[in-house]
Amino acid sequence: MIELRDVHKSFGSKQVLRGANLMIPKGTSMVIIGGSGTGKSVLLKSVLGLITPDSGQITLDGQDVGTGDRDAFLARFGMLFQGAALFDSLSVWQNVAFRLLRGRLKRPKAEAREIAIEKLRRVGLKPDVADQYPSELSGGMQKRVGLARAIAAEPEIIFFDEPTTGLDPIMSGVINDLIREIVVEMGATAMTITHDMTSVRAIADNVAMLHDGVIKWTGPVAEMDASGDPYLDQFIHGRAEGPIEAVR
Amino acid sequence: MIVIRGLAVLGAQVMSMLAVVGRLTLFALETVTHLVRPPFYTREFLHALVQIGWLSLPVVGMTTLFTGGALALQIYAGSARFSAEAVVPSIVAIGMVRELGPVLGGLMVAARVASSIAAEIATMKVTEQIDALVTLSTNPMKYLTLPRVLAATLAVPCLVGVGDVIGIMGGYLVGVTRLDFNAATYLKVTYDFLEFGDVMSGLVKGAVFGFIVATVGCFYGMNSGRGAQGVGAATKSAVVAASVLIFAANYILTELFFTS
Repeated sequence: MIELRDVHKSFGSKQVLRGANLMIPKGTSMVIIGGSGTGKSVLLKSVLGLITPDSGQITLDGQDVGTGDRDAFLARFGMLFQGAALFDSLSVWQNVAFRLLRGRLKRPKAEAREIAIEKLRRVGLKPDVADQYPSELSGGMQKRVGLARAIAAEPEIIFFDEPTTGLDPIMSGVINDLIREIVVEMGATAMTITHDMTSVRAIADNVAMLHDGVIKWTGPVAEMDASGDPYLDQFIHGRAEGPIEAVR
Repeated sequence: MIVIRGLAVLGAQVMSMLAVVGRLTLFALETVTHLVRPPFYTREFLHALVQIGWLSLPVVGMTTLFTGGALALQIYAGSARFSAEAVVPSIVAIGMVRELGPVLGGLMVAARVASSIAAEIATMKVTEQIDALVTLSTNPMKYLTLPRVLAATLAVPCLVGVGDVIGIMGGYLVGVTRLDFNAATYLKVTYDFLEFGDVMSGLVKGAVFGFIVATVGCFYGMNSGRGAQGVGAATKSAVVAASVLIFAANYILTELFFTS
């Protein structure tokens, strides 16, 4: 279980997180929604330790994420980045098998390649993509490769940062379905940040609404439409009028 | 009032520069500590060695070749005023080996390598590839910085050595074809005049300049701002800082080696 308690983070004079509290039970898919610039990415990166919070506590299975063996901690995670963040200088299969080619999870090269091709197949890509470079792929294919890389080492927890941003509706649907299938199949805990409501309904077990640095509402996705929370209502219906200022 | 405001701006800029120097020093120290802490990424090191060493050879070679030739012409013109034209081979040799070889080699590598390292790493930062490395349990200092710094520290002295030979050859070609020196005499004077310490001091300078170039490139790349502007600013700052630091380090090393 991932738990955030009263997490604060500022960048200079800008307060991004102002006491965020959130609980993500093991094996569930939590989707965090909120407008651009509300701190969703900061929240996610704080859990991974890519950003250090100013105050508050983040725990994974009861242990503070800032303590203990960092490599062992990160080995439990997989992450799909917004722009896929594939390494330009490596071929597709080397990107997917990155973790399997070095460090504590190192495997023989042939075995790592085999696993990479299997993961590529799992996300709907043919083996002939394996030897191409990221710059030769479309945005949707890059996202799929990023997804294959995130699941290559069979992590317990997978983070998805804006998985459908920049994709057409059909490709977004494909990625959403893949994420849902993979999370269910692997029994992984998932944390997704997005402002795409179609993704929310396709991926989430639970939803949390982040606004102004705090979680305004959290609950099962089935209860989202009848929540009665004015912030959530305005966001999911995309209304310009409401408690959320349209110009931030 | 205007004077005080001007002083305040100047003070703020000095403080900002000192802060960068401090952070750069800590960055360099952290890089060095990774030398003795595994894991080591041999493939990345060899790749950096080719990129920094082998692929810089043409630009360093061309620079030193023309500089050696120009140096021979200048020394000939100057020494002719004292009827001391015979010093051309020895001054070309000592000038190339002690000063021009390492400094020009270092500057050309700064232009070619510091810029490309800074731009590459800054782009990786902007596109979240550095964050991706961390989530894949890979320390960016070990994977990106150490291989480049180590490769540059080892490759630049080799480039300087080759540049020295090519630069002396440039002086030799001009001396023999344009200034009517005897070919065998030119080479003998060059060989007899140079001492082991001259060559070594140039190679040590090369190693220091290589370390500076790669460390500065990595530092500005890792600390770049956002977007295309951030990448551009990081690249520019890396080249400027590396060049200035090469000149400063050259002066300090020259004091250490040749004033006792």
